[in-house]
Amino acid sequence: MTTTTERKLTTQKAIAEAIAQEMEADDSVFVMGEDVGVYGGIFGATEGLLDRFGPDRVMDTPISETGFIGAGIGAAINGMRPIVELMFVDFFGVCMDQIYNNMAKIHYFSGGNVKVPMVLTTACGGGYSDAGQHSQTLWGMFAHLPGMKVVVPSNPYDAKGLMISAIRDDNPVVYMFHKGVLGLGWMTPNPRAIGPVPEEPYTVPIGKAAVAREGSDVTVVTVGLTVHRALDAAETLADKGISAEVIDLRSLVPLDREAIVESVKKTHRLLVVDEDYRSFGMTGEVVATAVEGAFDYLDAPPLRVAVPDVPIPYSRPLEQFVLPDADKIVAGVETLMAG
Amino acid sequence: MDIPREDLIAMYATMVKIRYFEERIREIYLDDKLPAFDIAAGRIPGEMHLAAGQEPVAVGVMPHLRDGDAITATHRPHHIAIAQGVDLQKMAAEIFGKDTGLGHGKGGHMHLFSVQPEFGCSGIIAEGMPVAVGAALAFKKQGRENVALSFFGDGAANQGAFHESLNLAALWDLPVVFICEDNRYAISVPKEASTAIADNSDRAAAYGMPGVLVPENDPVAVYEVAKEAIARARSGGGPSLIEIETDRLWGHFEGDMDAYRSDEFKAAMAERDPMKTYPERLLTEGVLTPEEQERIVREAHAEVDEAIGFAESSPYPRPEDALLHVFA
Ligand SMILES: Cc1ncc(C[n+]2csc(CCOP(=O)(O)OP(=O)(O)O)c2C)c(N)n1
Repeated sequence: MTTTTERKLTTQKAIAEAIAQEMEADDSVFVMGEDVGVYGGIFGATEGLLDRFGPDRVMDTPISETGFIGAGIGAAINGMRPIVELMFVDFFGVCMDQIYNNMAKIHYFSGGNVKVPMVLTTACGGGYSDAGQHSQTLWGMFAHLPGMKVVVPSNPYDAKGLMISAIRDDNPVVYMFHKGVLGLGWMTPNPRAIGPVPEEPYTVPIGKAAVAREGSDVTVVTVGLTVHRALDAAETLADKGISAEVIDLRSLVPLDREAIVESVKKTHRLLVVDEDYRSFGMTGEVVATAVEGAFDYLDAPPLRVAVPDVPIPYSRPLEQFVLPDADKIVAGVETLMAG
Repeated sequence: MDIPREDLIAMYATMVKIRYFEERIREIYLDDKLPAFDIAAGRIPGEMHLAAGQEPVAVGVMPHLRDGDAITATHRPHHIAIAQGVDLQKMAAEIFGKDTGLGHGKGGHMHLFSVQPEFGCSGIIAEGMPVAVGAALAFKKQGRENVALSFFGDGAANQGAFHESLNLAALWDLPVVFICEDNRYAISVPKEASTAIADNSDRAAAYGMPGVLVPENDPVAVYEVAKEAIARARSGGGPSLIEIETDRLWGHFEGDMDAYRSDEFKAAMAERDPMKTYPERLLTEGVLTPEEQERIVREAHAEVDEAIGFAESSPYPRPEDALLHVFA
């Protein structure tokens, strides 16, 4: 029905709707985390759920991340499908052991006998001067550690479909939403954070990249909010006669290597853009994928636009200096085209 | 009150300074973001956690400090830093993201670090607690008669770092005092929904240290309890835990709708606001005269206005300075 698909939602509301629909459909799905109940999640991912499903299924927790994320694992092993929120990804430091030594490894250690069907949701990203403990993306680090899927939606449609896939997945899925793509009323307005979302439940497969914009001269691979930056840059580049293809990875694990290789074979040039730290991260992995899979097709050495290896600074001019933006992407592409 | 008059007056003067600082920051923070609140906009962007109402905690402890004592605080740090005597101009400049700030604009309001006096804070809940233990460990090894104070919220008492820190401090018999600012909420979650027992001060027993509850938001009550705990730590008597029932008058952060606290709760807080009750008491008891009060307010406001003026007129760091200071 075209009428339903024309309904528009913000990414935040699309996430909350996906969770609500899965809770409706499956009694084993429940939510826990700090301020997920009365507050509806600091970023609104659980908005309206407490009223609808009550405090037994939407549980506010103490500030005890090791405790409640570990408890999510135990519940997942025992027939539940918990959605556990880590308020900001930056807080992983207090609970990472449960995440990477336990949640991510139990299935492997058990030789495939024990499943951990759990979703760990978390907010990430900067750009609004929240300083170095509330602005990181860190997805490269989660993706580095085997055993968890890592999902990073950039728009409302994908956010809903990926959330439903994540909840139904029998593996632990880290679902990372960038604060800048949510369409929150208290953040800088972002027209790309609102878009058509079908009312009925649907899935978006985890591990499939999307071509966010087709192009023929250069491939720009990215994820999260920088997909929007790359789309803005692509418009500027089009005015300059350069046709940029923008690939939205949508998930880092599994990584859609085929999509990267196919696009590079077509355009012969690669720019990788990431709001994560530059070294040992997603940009290096994507470049390696292109070199391994399309070396002979490359007309220029791949380039990267990423956060230099410094913590995210507070002051606006400092933060804007380290974060990728459309201007830096345009400049990167122009360097590539000159090469 | 067998408290020296100058301490009673100094506590009041510092309270006035703190409240006026928080009011000015709030005004500037919100002014720049209206009509449509945009957290990234204005002279002070990002999250802003203000401590109006919690002044007694800060000012009641500080008269007992000496040179060389160390403090770790939280995401809500201004009142503690001001009471300890952290450079107000540099602190304001840091909050405005200026090059003249404590951290040249790198840290911002949740990451204020001062060398002299030694002050640090963090946006991660309970993160400062083990660091205070370590400062006390250094003092003990060096034979210094210094103490470390760790401030944290009631929400932090459910974090692993709280429990590990108390155990270490007691095990190693360290000169550290843990001070819980119990404003009964961790963002929207009330203490009774997060903590299985009523009083965090009772948890001290589990770690073999004294625990004291201060059930009123009163600088004098805090003063007396802190005096004893700090003296004990300083003289080699080991750590203590103090829990102070205080009030966060405003939202968790600026822009918080604060819908999770009832109107009655907020009205009761306003009623017992220590900025009202404490000077009233000093005036009634003849400790403070109206003329003195007027002078204290005038001077405190002038100092804060000057600090904010300094911050506003200071330059921003150069963008490429973002690359400095990763390593020593
Ligand atoms: C490890 C960690 N978890 C969660 C948060 C998010 N958070 C910031 S402040 C806060 C509530 C803190 O409550 P409390 O310790 O009582 O201090 P208060 O804000 O009341 O001063 C929470 C949950 C955080 N900063 N760090």
